[in-house]
Amino acid sequence: MEKIGRFGEFGGQYVPETVMNAVTELQEAYDRYKNDPAFLAELHDLYHNYAFRPSLLYYADKMTKDLGGAKIYIKREDLNHTGSHKINNALGQVLLAKKMGKKRVIAETGAGQHGVATATICAYFNMECEVYMGREDMERQALNVYRMNLLGAKVTGVDSGTATLKDAINEAMRDWATNIETTFYCIGSVMGPHPYPTMVRDFQKIIGEEAKQQILAAEGKLPDCVVACVGGGSNAMGVFYDFIPDKGVRLVGAEAAGRGIDTPEHAATLSKGDLGIFHGMKSVFLQNEEGQIAPVYSISAGLDYPGIGPEHAFLHASGRADYVAITDEEAVQAFEYLSKVEGIIPAIESAHAVAAARKIAPTMRPDQIMIINLSGRGDKDVQQIARYRGVNING
Amino acid sequence: MANRIDAKFEELKKAGKKALVTYILAGDAGYETTEEAVLAMEQSGVDIIEIGVPFSDPIAEGKVIQEASLRSLRDNHTTLAGVFEMVARLRKKTDMPLLLMLYANTIFRTGTDFFFDKCAELGIDGVIVPDLPFEEHDEFREAAARNNVHNISLVTPTSHGRIGKIAAEASGFLYCVSSVGVTGMRDSFSTDFDAFFDEVKASAKVPYCVGFGIRDGETARKMAAYCDGVIVGSAIVNKVAEFGTKAVPEIAALCKELRAGLDAAH
Repeated sequence: MEKIGRFGEFGGQYVPETVMNAVTELQEAYDRYKNDPAFLAELHDLYHNYAFRPSLLYYADKMTKDLGGAKIYIKREDLNHTGSHKINNALGQVLLAKKMGKKRVIAETGAGQHGVATATICAYFNMECEVYMGREDMERQALNVYRMNLLGAKVTGVDSGTATLKDAINEAMRDWATNIETTFYCIGSVMGPHPYPTMVRDFQKIIGEEAKQQILAAEGKLPDCVVACVGGGSNAMGVFYDFIPDKGVRLVGAEAAGRGIDTPEHAATLSKGDLGIFHGMKSVFLQNEEGQIAPVYSISAGLDYPGIGPEHAFLHASGRADYVAITDEEAVQAFEYLSKVEGIIPAIESAHAVAAARKIAPTMRPDQIMIINLSGRGDKDVQQIARYRGVNING
Repeated sequence: MANRIDAKFEELKKAGKKALVTYILAGDAGYETTEEAVLAMEQSGVDIIEIGVPFSDPIAEGKVIQEASLRSLRDNHTTLAGVFEMVARLRKKTDMPLLLMLYANTIFRTGTDFFFDKCAELGIDGVIVPDLPFEEHDEFREAAARNNVHNISLVTPTSHGRIGKIAAEASGFLYCVSSVGVTGMRDSFSTDFDAFFDEVKASAKVPYCVGFGIRDGETARKMAAYCDGVIVGSAIVNKVAEFGTKAVPEIAALCKELRAGLDAAH
């Protein structure tokens, strides 16, 4: 039988039979709309007039001078409406859900950014929205929970397992299996069963397409290196994708090393994981010898996931992209660094990319160019970083 | 050697009886409880037993089996290796058909060939993999077939146009899920059973059994009218949740009730 939705050996459709028809229905709908000029025109109108695209490609002059290596540009996905790249995908999927006649949208969220983006578009389109969020993440990201409620979404806490992102996905999948005829599952990253990894990448690839045009306009040549943080991997796939055929462009993903990849407390999937089958896909997962999925840890709720999208697993296996692991401490230092040096407070997820850039840029020549994808803004993280630094800001 | 599942359905067909298939989660309240429960179920009229292997993230399960998985992993540190040892002990005491119900990653990570070779060695007659749909059956097809282990296919009320192709390729028996959603006991069923089973009947080449939501003799009797047998899981697991290591007599009583319900069906 022909294998669909594969990136090399990675990908596939490993889901319960109950949701298989919905997956197929989604696949057919996406195949129908992905090249439909009217759909794409509507999506791009929303990108432009609602999400505030194109996002800036900002030349980070002070960071460039301070690091003394490559010329650094920052792709400002943090300036999008709702404060992260997640809006790109949520717009695409909820628009597709509307075309498919679905009335109810569910989503999972880790840091809350995908939940907020989905809740926002559902408010815009007047659709029912329920967001599953691990109980632990609800505490870490209380502000985003309140934002989702403001937007009219129901946030359902998940207490099972580690009460973080993977458990929120489990619960969203169970909801989907139960309410399959009415409900559209808006997955937040380039993961899950086909067509999600491809579809979410397609909705996010605008990041790289814009960045390429912008850097060519500014510098007249392609960048030498593109850096992005990776949890499931949607912002990284978004910025990488258009550069994949350009072999001279080094692609670097920054994973969460938590308290260190030699401790049990990290989420560095490609650094320490093994091939497995979970959440609808064959990919790389942090797991034990018997295939039990590992409890993972990162200071960043958005990177706190034991797997990675199958296309990243493929880019990693084929050597097209490199993946590095960044600890909590390095990420927090980068969070503080970008705030002080450039006056930009990054999301703690994106700070992992900034930390990787701080290591790589000084090893590059001044005539070389690096683009950092700044996937989100850091307002949501300020309280947690203060706590990490032992500062009490609650009065 | 003939697969025990096939032999059992032959035997039941000759006797004009419906199959009673039950599920128990391995290591919930300890391996000994599972072992005793399996033997007690056989004595209480159960024909085929599915032994669930606990998984950290059982996405197809409702609350009852989710919690049982957690208890088994957390309190008793159940492993696949431990389940294999338990099956080896059981095989000295029973020749009834035994299946493992487990997630795809447990097989894949253990090593697909190793896993199915081990099934053949221990006398495990089939597997049910809830996150392996028809489209991905190739993953284990060769290793399972080589070892004469049935990889049981599932159909659901949402399978619609897929029922024909799934049923036509099914081996052992076809697992018909009674309603949408996850495993668990239900107060009512929303499925149009006549239409669903008409479609199943038209293409099934193997016996078909219905599961999800059957909890007592009465629901077993009603559902048996549509098919060759019923599958009961959460109601059994619930007894372990409630009675722990003292659950075996409760499980036996439930199985006797289910058996009586089935035997009353026509």
